[in-house]
Amino acid sequence: MAKFLQRLQSPSGERPGAAWWAFVVIASLILALLPQTLGLAQLLDLSVVLVLALLALSMSFLWGYIGILSFGQTAFFGTGGYVYAVAAMNFDSTTLPFLLGIVLPMLLAAVLGYFMVYGKLSDIYFSVMTLVITLIMNKAMRATSGSQYVVGDVRLNGQNGIPGVPPLQVPWNPEVTLFIDHVYYLAAALLILVYIGLRLLLTTSFGRVMIGIRENEQRIELLGYDARRYKLLAFILSGALAGLSGTMFAIWGNFVAPEMFGLDRAAEVIIWVIVGGKATLIGPIVGVGIIQYLTSWLGMQGVGQVTLVLGVILIVFVLAFKDGLVPTLGNLLLRLVGADPESRIKKGSDLEKGSDL
Amino acid sequence: MDSLMVYVYQIAFSFSILILISLGLALIFGMMKVINLAQGEFLMLGAYFCVLGSNLGLPLWLAMFAAGLGVGLVGVIVERTVIRFLYGRVLDTLLATWGISLFLMGIVTTIAGPQSQSVPSNMGPVNFGGLNVPGYSLVMIVAALLMLAGTYAIWRFTNLGLLVRGTMQNPEMARALGTNTSMIYMFTFGFGSAITGLAGALLVPLFGASPTMGSFYISKAFITVISGGPWPLIGTVSASGLYGVIDGVVSYELSPVLAEICVLFVAVVMLRLLPQGITGRMRKGI
Repeated sequence: MAKFLQRLQSPSGERPGAAWWAFVVIASLILALLPQTLGLAQLLDLSVVLVLALLALSMSFLWGYIGILSFGQTAFFGTGGYVYAVAAMNFDSTTLPFLLGIVLPMLLAAVLGYFMVYGKLSDIYFSVMTLVITLIMNKAMRATSGSQYVVGDVRLNGQNGIPGVPPLQVPWNPEVTLFIDHVYYLAAALLILVYIGLRLLLTTSFGRVMIGIRENEQRIELLGYDARRYKLLAFILSGALAGLSGTMFAIWGNFVAPEMFGLDRAAEVIIWVIVGGKATLIGPIVGVGIIQYLTSWLGMQGVGQVTLVLGVILIVFVLAFKDGLVPTLGNLLLRLVGADPESRIKKGSDLEKGSDL
Repeated sequence: MDSLMVYVYQIAFSFSILILISLGLALIFGMMKVINLAQGEFLMLGAYFCVLGSNLGLPLWLAMFAAGLGVGLVGVIVERTVIRFLYGRVLDTLLATWGISLFLMGIVTTIAGPQSQSVPSNMGPVNFGGLNVPGYSLVMIVAALLMLAGTYAIWRFTNLGLLVRGTMQNPEMARALGTNTSMIYMFTFGFGSAITGLAGALLVPLFGASPTMGSFYISKAFITVISGGPWPLIGTVSASGLYGVIDGVVSYELSPVLAEICVLFVAVVMLRLLPQGITGRMRKGI
């Protein structure tokens, strides 16, 4: 048992071992079998956790592995949602809109990323600018309530958002559209694929350079790598992931609204990632689950002040549990079964800090 | 002639709003290289303290000063209980101040409710170069200028201001010469918060107070401070001047939202050329 747990914590630059693959297979099986036991309402709740987990991954990948703290992942999330909604309502098929919902946020990330990364903005300027961009996009979307704001046949509707976003059709058979349980399976499959993809990406030389940038950007540049190129590519990739999450969110709820860009959503993304553990890939997924169920529980208790509780959680985690729950609990579990949590990491390269599922 | 005066008025008004909402943030940023993401909520607290003071029977101007003092005190408490532990960890400070922002928003909603409140200024329109404008907006313009002048005077002519500037330029040297830099940080954070609180109170007669009002201003405040760069006074004045012209003209001719998009666009392009802001290359400043 101790050995198995230790194997799971292999450093991110190394190829994942059999233990990690076993974990992925077991998790996939559980996700595949869950709909047998859950009702439709619970399945709907779980689906949105899976969809938002993609958004959380897009942020933790940037922050935890390359060391770029982007507060603006919601800008790409919202863009993805709106692009899918508008395109799907204008076109007959939904396959192209689904792809556009990923590609357009990617292009937006490329343009914004070029100005910010190649301008060599300092960390803090980068974080604050990304926040400002999503806030202004939110304001701009809210201001589109007039009847002159029409894209094709679709009114943007400002504050009220766009209702009745068409459900996803099966590409080879447009007659069939995805129902709640199909959306769940699609979200679960996408999440598992993205999780495996990111984990493997980090083991390639490309991924190792990115982790190197997190550790010491200057050293990487002295070694002859153009750090800006890697940062920009990582930013574009995470923009695409956030766009995918936004597209799935629009499909899940059949609805898009300016709140997708909002300050509250942007804060939630940070909290998911910091609560779960930013330098892990499984942590943010766990974080989304915990915070989503916590906020809906708080809402039902009639406390009504979800923001107050989230604020306290954020302050406490920044001050006291910087690594997040998954690494903290993981190390605790290792100690309990009598293993040294540091041993595997020391055997790996001395660059590795994160313990990575 | 008339249309020229309209532009002068619009630009002056946009300029003064930018100064009001960003000066306190710029002082804290210049000193500690920390962006206080709770800036919007400090404005909001100032507005609420002003409403509270006025409900308690204070005259409006006195309620505004009390609001400034109150928010200054909140700033000192925040600095001592949270920020102090995070100096040198810039990104963590961003996250922690974001937590404070959520916390303050939540607590004010709990106590005062989500609805908007206001205090009228009881000032009629005033003739401004052949133009009828709300008298209170002239008060705002004057207040912004006074705030700048006051900060400059304290920074430039008092002993405390000397210590503050010294700590800003070289904290190790200031410490070696016997300055208690921790106290200077606390003072600067409190002073910046007090100015922000006063600004929030000044906004009340025109825009009211509501728990989420902060998010309306922060994007402009952040852009102004980041574009201004490391020297708070010169930076804020020059960035507010640049964006005041854009914001004033575009929001008069087209719409306020479009004005904000234009400001963002100019900021993104400008930061590509001057990544440390307008005053980034200046070796001396204030």
